[in-house]
Amino acid sequence: MTKNVTIIVNGVDRRASVEPRLLLVHFLRENAGLTGTHVGCETSLCGACTVLLDGQAVKSCTVLAVQADGRKITTVEGLATGDQLHPIQEGFWEEHGLQCGFCTPGMIMCSHDLLERHPNPSDSDIREGINGNLCRCTGYQHIVAAVKNAARKMSTPVAARAGAR
Amino acid sequence: MATPAKSPVPRKKMNDKAGNGAWVGKRMKRKEDPRMIRGISHYTDDLKLAGMVHCAFARSPHAHAEIQAIRTDAAKALPRVIAVYTSADTTSLGPVPCAIQMPDLKIPRHPVLAEGRVRYVGEPVAVVVAEDFYTARDAAELVEVDYEPLPVVTDLEKALSKDSPLVHEQFKSNQAFTHQLKNGDVEAAFKKADRIVKQRMMNQRLAPIAMEPRAVVAEYLPGENRLTVWSSTQIPHLLKTQISLLVGLPETAVRVIAPEVGGGFGSKLNVYGEEGVVPWLAMKTGRPVKWNEGRRENFMATIHGRDALNDVELALKKDGTILGLRARVLADMGAYHQLLTPLIPQLTALMHAGCYKIPAIQIDIVGVFTNKMSTDAYRGAGRPEATFNVERIMELGAREMGMDPAEFRRKNFPLPKEFPYTTVTGLTYDSAKYQESLAKALKLSGYDSLRRRQKDGWKKGKYYGIGVSTYVEICAIGPSAATPAGGWESGTVRIEPTGKVTVLTGASPHGQGEETTFAQLVADQLGVDPQDVNVVHGDTLAVPYGIGTFGSRATAVGGTAIYMATQKLRTKLTTLAAHLLGSKPADISIGRGQLTAKGGKKIPFGELVLAAYTARNIPPGFEPALEATHFFEPSNFTFPFGCHVCSVEVDIETGEIKIEKYVAVDDCGNVINPLLVAGQIQGGIAQGLGQALWEEVIYNEDGQLVTGTLMDYAVPKAHFFPDFTLEHTVTPSPVNPMGVKGVGEAGTIASTPCIVNAVCDALSPLGVRHIEMPLKPERVWNAIQAARAVPAIAAAADVPPKKAAVRRRA
Repeated sequence: MTKNVTIIVNGVDRRASVEPRLLLVHFLRENAGLTGTHVGCETSLCGACTVLLDGQAVKSCTVLAVQADGRKITTVEGLATGDQLHPIQEGFWEEHGLQCGFCTPGMIMCSHDLLERHPNPSDSDIREGINGNLCRCTGYQHIVAAVKNAARKMSTPVAARAGAR
Repeated sequence: MATPAKSPVPRKKMNDKAGNGAWVGKRMKRKEDPRMIRGISHYTDDLKLAGMVHCAFARSPHAHAEIQAIRTDAAKALPRVIAVYTSADTTSLGPVPCAIQMPDLKIPRHPVLAEGRVRYVGEPVAVVVAEDFYTARDAAELVEVDYEPLPVVTDLEKALSKDSPLVHEQFKSNQAFTHQLKNGDVEAAFKKADRIVKQRMMNQRLAPIAMEPRAVVAEYLPGENRLTVWSSTQIPHLLKTQISLLVGLPETAVRVIAPEVGGGFGSKLNVYGEEGVVPWLAMKTGRPVKWNEGRRENFMATIHGRDALNDVELALKKDGTILGLRARVLADMGAYHQLLTPLIPQLTALMHAGCYKIPAIQIDIVGVFTNKMSTDAYRGAGRPEATFNVERIMELGAREMGMDPAEFRRKNFPLPKEFPYTTVTGLTYDSAKYQESLAKALKLSGYDSLRRRQKDGWKKGKYYGIGVSTYVEICAIGPSAATPAGGWESGTVRIEPTGKVTVLTGASPHGQGEETTFAQLVADQLGVDPQDVNVVHGDTLAVPYGIGTFGSRATAVGGTAIYMATQKLRTKLTTLAAHLLGSKPADISIGRGQLTAKGGKKIPFGELVLAAYTARNIPPGFEPALEATHFFEPSNFTFPFGCHVCSVEVDIETGEIKIEKYVAVDDCGNVINPLLVAGQIQGGIAQGLGQALWEEVIYNEDGQLVTGTLMDYAVPKAHFFPDFTLEHTVTPSPVNPMGVKGVGEAGTIASTPCIVNAVCDALSPLGVRHIEMPLKPERVWNAIQAARAVPAIAAAADVPPKKAAVRRRA
């Protein structure tokens, strides 16, 4: 038994006939052919698979593809505009917010959700805000700096940022 | 074992030539990041090959059992299942290798799939190949196995008792090996000691938890006789050799690629049975095969770290001088040896001198088989265990002598002028200024005012503690004489005809950022931009044989190989430039983008490179093209060091610990990229604090893994930590021309005893002497209750530590 779904992934309609048990993360990786959303635990405990579902961060290893039918998903691949990185991506790059990079897409998507809710977060807001995402490499300090860096950039109009570069 | 620390080549200042030195020492953003932050890099599980199928393993639910029958019919009958195999099919395959040789080491046969008996929970029993991943896992569940459970042993001491169940009956005991390291007159030291300080300490079992679980993809092309294996590994070349032995193909037919690797921490410094089975399946089925490990499998069947029971004794003179140290270590091997399992406790033995002058040391180690997953290298690999023993017993020594723990340490440091310093354990420490890092850390932490606040706090029922840990670690592993598989590293540098530079390194970075640091180092030596330097690693067909990334060796050994290769190229460049400019090689300087002769004649870098390739006008005997390879054999290890200080507050009603301040002063020699060094130290501290406070792999008495998910095993989260304050001192190593030491494990080694010292310090007036890790609130609370139950000690609740210690002894 399969079900037809249409999921709008990074602005593109992705249609497939899927098993009802298919996890969203596997839909993104296998059906949509994207590699940025990682599987780190399959139990929603590590956050490596975090994506935005209609703008809100979810762990895509505990969402079924059929639950996302007709809805909009943003993955890490959908953040940059051409060569222009998203400020959160820039923040992670500039502050060395990643080492092995495996948790990074999930961290970035989780931070996206956090900064939507708290455009000007304190250190402890950030540490609490990303506590559903595990990183084994960085000790989190540079991730906190990366999110703050992004918050600064995002509170500055794009034109001013472009001028500053 | 270690030869005197002397570089084989003259040391040069790194930023030596005019126009050079632009990149080394800079906080350069990483070259590897753009692909990772866009989510377009490729880890093993991201690979898709035409016709690829998937496999899944059926694993033992028992810690020890006889396999009476395996029925695979139901699994085979599932649609889209291609094949199911058990050990009956894999007799030609394996065994899983152990690289360690010791006189009395017992090495049990370690089959890739269990043969007749299972010895730990998670041991693979059968493997299923199916068209898709979901079906493979479904079918693995359908493999039926009849088990006859056998008695289980998980406790180290019980395993050595006469009536213990045996993990391997043929050895007639669970003793895997014994190892003694003894030097100096230990008996005399303890005989003449004014005081002997003793403590038993359990260094608990940990799970490495790289965020990317293991994964393997294999493809076999019979026409070409070419087996290609992509694996999430730290050691692609060693793995290539071992896979050829596992599957029985000539090594020339095997290519291993380590694509993007999502962390290792030692867990991928190994050769696993799955890395033999998956290639074998590809050969057997004629289809590319993928296996990706689930997190639950990762907990059960990827190596664990630590797990050693330590009885440590320190012999002291009245004035606080150390006379000797003795330790008995029971080290849990698990059920089988993985690649380096029996080696890890030997590193522990070696590092028991710490950064102190200890004239007599005796370490006795017993390796023990139990019904658990194998232990092996986990970040620090033997050194954190040694440092924990040393730094805890130093702390207790200071307390018992009534001395300040910082002062007690300083008193026993070798002086800077005593380096290279040879320890009684036989190591030659290359260079250090322990006094300087200690002084800096004390100042930065405000140590004196922390002590004052502590005293005031005790009067008010507030329990502040200060922990100090001064450490030395053994890095840049290492001279080949001291390593099981060669301790050198390879580096090739090729200036392409267009002037771009390709670097091939035998190191295998998996998060450390050597695509950036090696580019920085090459850019300075050749006068090019690091963006024009492409560092290639992890592909055995592209890169000359190498050893890999572990033991904080990539930069100090692999980086030096590249540095040496650049020196060969500098000679070629100046020779050719001199020829073309009518000058002498010694009079040519390499600057940014051009070479200049004394007197001012110049040739652009690109033009010179092209001349080396067109080779129409080259001096006699000059080899065309611009490529150089160096295999660097280090003369010694390097010994980074430092001092960490932290302050905590303990809530004695709940046992909760608040980390208030954490200061780390580390010395890893010369620094190529300070941003990346900070990242290594911060991550290391977090992992070390993870062991001290939260992490613990627990098997129950039946050998069931109780902490088998991330819900049960507490990998630290962001809000567990404050910001760490980092500083450093710079003491270049004389062992390599760049003066670098390595920094991958420092944080993990120093931080664990630092915070345990702080917590025990906070609770010292209550009579708490030691708490076993992890210092979970429940344990801390119980330790407080137990100490309070002793009346003499309860009365000491508000006296300073010196008196409390005296009363406790009374």
